[in-house]
Amino acid sequence: MALEIIESCVNCYACQPVCPNDAIYEAKPHFLINEDKCTECVGDFADAQCASICPIEGAILDELGVALNPPGSLTGIPPERWAAAQAEIQARGGSPL
Amino acid sequence: MDLPIYQEEAAPKSGGCSAGSCGSTDDQLGHLSDDIRKKVEDHPCYSEEAHHYFARMHVAVAPACNIQCHYCNRKYDCANESRPGVVSEVMTPDQAVKKTMAVAATIPQMTVLGIAGPGDPLANPERTFETFRQLSEKAPDIKLCVSTNGLALPAAVEELSKHNIDHVTITINCIDPDVGAQIYPWIYWENKRIYGREGAAILIEQQQKGLEMLKEKGILVKVNSVLIPGVNDQHLKEVSKVVKAKGAFLHNVMPLIAEAEHGTFYGVMGQRSPSPAELKELQDACEGDMNMMRHCRQCRADAVGLLGEDRGAEFTLDKIEQMDIDYDKAMEFRAEVRAGIQAELDAKRAEKAKVVPLEDSPRGRPVLMAVAAKGAVINVHFGHAKEFMVYEATYQGARFVGHRKTDSYCAGDETCGDGDSILDKTIKSLEGCEVVLCSKIGYEPWGNLEAAGIQPNGEHAMEPIEEAVMAVWNEMLAAGKLDAPVEAKKRA
Ligand code: SF4
Ligand code: SF4
Repeated sequence: MALEIIESCVNCYACQPVCPNDAIYEAKPHFLINEDKCTECVGDFADAQCASICPIEGAILDELGVALNPPGSLTGIPPERWAAAQAEIQARGGSPL
Repeated sequence: MDLPIYQEEAAPKSGGCSAGSCGSTDDQLGHLSDDIRKKVEDHPCYSEEAHHYFARMHVAVAPACNIQCHYCNRKYDCANESRPGVVSEVMTPDQAVKKTMAVAATIPQMTVLGIAGPGDPLANPERTFETFRQLSEKAPDIKLCVSTNGLALPAAVEELSKHNIDHVTITINCIDPDVGAQIYPWIYWENKRIYGREGAAILIEQQQKGLEMLKEKGILVKVNSVLIPGVNDQHLKEVSKVVKAKGAFLHNVMPLIAEAEHGTFYGVMGQRSPSPAELKELQDACEGDMNMMRHCRQCRADAVGLLGEDRGAEFTLDKIEQMDIDYDKAMEFRAEVRAGIQAELDAKRAEKAKVVPLEDSPRGRPVLMAVAAKGAVINVHFGHAKEFMVYEATYQGARFVGHRKTDSYCAGDETCGDGDSILDKTIKSLEGCEVVLCSKIGYEPWGNLEAAGIQPNGEHAMEPIEEAVMAVWNEMLAAGKLDAPVEAKKRA
C-alpha cells in the first residue's frame, strides 16, 4: 500500500514535511515516495497528506495508477478550457505548458 | 465571519510642502511613531527617496506553499511576489546566507534581505527561519523581511519576533469569504485540503489574526493586494480601511497580471488585468496621499540590486564559491557607505524643509508625466525604456505615482491587440500622461506621441527627475496650459 509521485512533480517540497512516516525524499529529477514506508497515511490522517497539499494535478497516483488529484480538481480550470488554451497558444507559435 | 469595519479617522492637515518627495513626513504618516517613520524613510522598498540609494535582494529558499491562488501556477514562482512565468533556483538556507553575504560585500548599499518565495516563506518555517537566524548573527546590519499569504502567520509570530525582522508583508486580497472563494480554490489547513468558501474564510481569519498579533508585537506590517477587476476591485477599498485600522502602515495595490501562457486559472479563463487608469483609481482610494511606495514593481523574487536593476547574474552559486571575501571588512565598508548616503539624504531633506510654499502662488491643475530613467536622473532613451515612471506634478511638487511597463506587460486585451506595433503599445501604456521626459527620442515616436496628445521632451537629459518634472510643469503653467485651477485635492 503506497502512493507514487510521477514526473509531473515540480519539486516544490510541500509534501515532504507533511508526511507522517518520513516516506518522501528529494530525488532527481523529482521527489519520490519510499513504498516501504508509505502507509497512505492510514491510522494517522483521514486523507493522504502528500496528496492533500500537492499543488500539481496528476503528480501523485494511488496503487492502481489513478491520480488522487485529477485534472481540473485543484486549479478549477475545466480540462476542455485548458486544452483550448494550449491549442491557442500553440497556434500563436508559443510553447504549450 | 464577522469583521468589524472601522472608519478611518481623518488626520489633521498640516501645512503643505513645496517640493516633491515630502511623503516621508506627509500627514498620512502622522500616525506612525518616529521610530517606525525612521525605518520607513530609509527603506529601499518603501521610501521613494531611499530606493534610489539603497539596495535590496531576495533569496528563494521557500519552495512550498499552503494555498492556491488563481493568479499563480506552481510550475513557476509565486506570481504575487515575483513576475509570473519566472522560475528561480531554490537555494538551501546555507547557500542563501552565502549569497547574501557575497552580495552585501560587493554592493555595500545592500540593506534589506527578503524571503518571498518561490512559495510561501511561512509554509517553509524551518528553511526561512534558519536563513534568518544565521543572518541575524553574521550580518546584523542587514534588515530582514518576509512576505506571506498569512495562513501560517499566527503560528509564526512568536518566532518572527525573535529575529532581526524589519517588516512583514501580508498579501490580503479580500476580507469577505465570498470574494475569497473566487480567488483561492483551496488551502491546506490542519492536515486537510479545504476548498472554496470554507478555505477562504479560514485564510481570511488567519490573515487578520496575524496582522493583529504582529501589530501587538510592534513589528511593521505592510499589506499587498492584487487588483482583480470584477472580483475584488471595489472590495479593496473596504480591505484598505480594515487593515489600516488594524495597524498596517501601508496598503499597496498591485495589478493582476494574467496571460494564458502563465497557465494560471485567471490567465486561461480570460480574466482581464486592470487598465492603468483603473489601477490608479484604486491606488488613490486605498493608498491615499501616501507619497511613497508606488515604485513597487513586483520585482523578481530573486532579484539583486537597487530597485529596477538586477545584478543577479553576478552572484550565481558557482561565482560565489570563487569569491574571496573578508566579511568583517565588508561590514565596516557598508557602514561607511551607508553613513555617506544617510548624510546625503538628510541634507536633501533639510534643503526641502527650507522651501516655504507661497500660499498665493498660482495653482495650475495636476499633470501626469512619464519619465524614462534608471535611478534618480533622466537617462534613458525613449526607445530603450522598458518601463516609465509616472509622476504627478502639482503646485505642491512632483510625486511619484507608479510605473508603466512597456514590453511584454501590456495592459490587457482591449488595449493591445495583435496588430499594434511596439511603439503603439508603448504609447497606449502612457495613457493619461501629457508629457514624456527622456534623454533622447527618435523622429517617428516624437510624431506619434504628439499625435496621441503626449508632448515628448528631451531637454532635461541627466537632470534629477523631480526638478525636471517641476521645470516642465512650471513652463506649462507660464504658457497658460494649466488654467482652470483645480482646488488641491484634500483627502481624508
Ligand atoms: S500517503 Fe501519507 S505516508 Fe504515504 S507518502 Fe504520502 S504523506 Fe507519506
Ligand atoms: S507536493 Fe507535489 S509537486 Fe510538490 S514536491 Fe510533492 S509531489 Fe512534487
